[in-house]
Amino acid sequence: MDALILQILNGLDKGSAYALIALGLTLIFGTLGVVNFAHGALFMIGAFCAVSLSKLLQFSYVTIDETQKDFLGNPLKVETPYIESWFGPELGASIIDWSVPLSILLAIPVMILVGLIMERGLIKHFYKREHADQILVTFGLAIVLQEIVKYYFGANPIQTPPPDALMGVSNLGAWFGFDLPYPNWRIVYFCFSALVITGVFAFLQFTTFGMVVRAGMADRETVGLLGIDIDKRFTVMFAIAACVAGLAGVMYAPINPPNYHMGMDFLVLSFVVVVVGGMGSLPGAVLAGFLLGILESFASTTWATTTLPGINQIIIYLVAIIVLLTRPRGLMGRKGVMEE
Amino acid sequence: MLGLNKNDLTLLAIVAVLTLFAPFILNPFPADSAMAQFNAGYPDLMQRFIIFGIFAIGFNILFGLTGYLSFGHAAFLGVGSYASVWMFKLLSYNVVPAILLAVIVAGLFSVLIGYVSLRRSGIYFSILTLAFAQMSFALAYSVLSNPRFNLTNGETGLQVYKNDPQIFHGENMQDFPHFFGIYMNSTHTMNVGAWSFDFNAGYYLCAIVMILAFYLSIRIFRSPFGMMLRAIKSNQTRMSYTGLNPRPHTLAAFVISGMYAGLAGGLMAAMDPLAGAERMQWTASGEVVLMTILGGTGTLIGPVLGAGFIKYFENIFSKINDTILHQWFAFLPDGIEDFVVFIIHPFIGKGWHLTLGILFMLVVVFLPGGLVEGGQRIGKWIKSRGKSDDSTASTEPAE
Repeated sequence: MDALILQILNGLDKGSAYALIALGLTLIFGTLGVVNFAHGALFMIGAFCAVSLSKLLQFSYVTIDETQKDFLGNPLKVETPYIESWFGPELGASIIDWSVPLSILLAIPVMILVGLIMERGLIKHFYKREHADQILVTFGLAIVLQEIVKYYFGANPIQTPPPDALMGVSNLGAWFGFDLPYPNWRIVYFCFSALVITGVFAFLQFTTFGMVVRAGMADRETVGLLGIDIDKRFTVMFAIAACVAGLAGVMYAPINPPNYHMGMDFLVLSFVVVVVGGMGSLPGAVLAGFLLGILESFASTTWATTTLPGINQIIIYLVAIIVLLTRPRGLMGRKGVMEE
Repeated sequence: MLGLNKNDLTLLAIVAVLTLFAPFILNPFPADSAMAQFNAGYPDLMQRFIIFGIFAIGFNILFGLTGYLSFGHAAFLGVGSYASVWMFKLLSYNVVPAILLAVIVAGLFSVLIGYVSLRRSGIYFSILTLAFAQMSFALAYSVLSNPRFNLTNGETGLQVYKNDPQIFHGENMQDFPHFFGIYMNSTHTMNVGAWSFDFNAGYYLCAIVMILAFYLSIRIFRSPFGMMLRAIKSNQTRMSYTGLNPRPHTLAAFVISGMYAGLAGGLMAAMDPLAGAERMQWTASGEVVLMTILGGTGTLIGPVLGAGFIKYFENIFSKINDTILHQWFAFLPDGIEDFVVFIIHPFIGKGWHLTLGILFMLVVVFLPGGLVEGGQRIGKWIKSRGKSDDSTASTEPAE
């Protein structure tokens, strides 16, 4: 029983990342009708927001402490981060410690800006072009973004630890009387993504803006005829989708040290997730994300890998193939989306 | 002649001449001059031009004619490589059975994948092929290299070892792929004055195979079958209303392009008897898509141009470094020189992919027909400029 729960929990963190990226992809596809292959790159940029903030906060100046000597007998050089000298050592140290959660504040404006520039500068011209062209141009954009990040941050993964308070492992099963150790940060990640997903759905469901966007997704032309500038709202939705992907990336940084190609790795899987969930269906994307994350975690158990070697690597693709062949519209796909 | 009309025959002749004389054409600069780094006439690079050219020609038969964008074609290339290395391991280093088996195995594999993937179209087809290719990559990387059943040799890559059977391997044969005794790495170097030209046996094998492949692709483009494939691209519904079933035709195109990929994979293994799983990764599939688009989708010569262009600039750009840039811009004042070098720096050397990405975006945005369309536009512009000169000349007196 506890093994079962542990596998489900293990699948949740990857599943949340898939769900967040797939949610953004579906938002973009549902509103603008654009297949965005650069979405993985947005996830990666989010993760690098966390990296750059933690680097920025650790900017320090060097003072020479005459009273202490290093092992060569020279006066000891002490590096003090500027933050510590401005806010005092204790507050400064804890700001540095909490750099990853703080990066959310940096990531939101950055991602919105990146999203707006991307949409206005490039995607706008591709509304009416074929899906193949959209895939190709965003694929090119993904390469460019990836290479820019590689140029500034190098090709190696960069460790970005979570705050000390959230670092350890806690025993989730203690309340229910069995043993279930689970890393704290993954719980945080799951709660965070649940919050973001709820936020996006609430925004779409309970605000006037969201209502208009939903109407536009259902029938763009009629909304336009009612005198609403739907393109402007869709641009905002693109920025929100970019933001969701970026936030997923920020919080994922402590789980998996960010490197420049992490976006591409996630992108392929997220596309599979979107297709399984049903192109254009937001709940479908979230459901499929969690479902595939959990399935992947079950397939990685020793029992599964000994009975069917390699199943953990191909399970998602296998499920996608089966779903696509038996339910062409995916699990929750709407009629009339992406059909000739 | 050869069942081609005059234009196609000229095109084939141009391609044949260009490939056969490539060692001369690609080495325009003397060997020890400063410009020698722009020479591309060394065997390894020329082989890559040709092999990726074949790969792109095959991909174009599927994507250019039917419009089905496959993101998993590298899988067939990888399967072809594995198949031919297995032939080296089991029979002998002769390349003929190896390449034949590569084509056959890739063909069978593409029947399997194509049959399933082609049930969907549009982006679903792309995702399905991507999923299959990633699956084969994962399998080749891990499962198929377990000790009991080692088909791919995992991370190390499949290669020929001393204790392999090689039942037809002659006593005093070298350990390198050969074509009935002509070794693929044997090179004849011809020195003419300051120039030196390399004639490599492997290159010429690839070149002949490519000319044949190109001829076949012209025939496919001009055949009723090719017409049918174009009909699939333009309007599938209308095609099925006229009583034709598009699926067998699409599947045939998919298998043909898979076999081309297998051929390229087989040749790749013949030039260097090693096969690794990374050849099947989806970025490799992305590369062939780039080549085809950059050259010009649906045109005959486009994919070859695109492959040559990408491979050449990949090679040149990654060789340029800051010192060379400083040499080039030495005529500028110091501050400006440093600034220019600083600006260009991210785009060269390791940053070649950045240049490629930007170039690719520009091509998709402004020049959807690729290099071929660019050429045509320039041609038209020159023509129309000549004409407009005439027209202004004739209208002026009327004013």
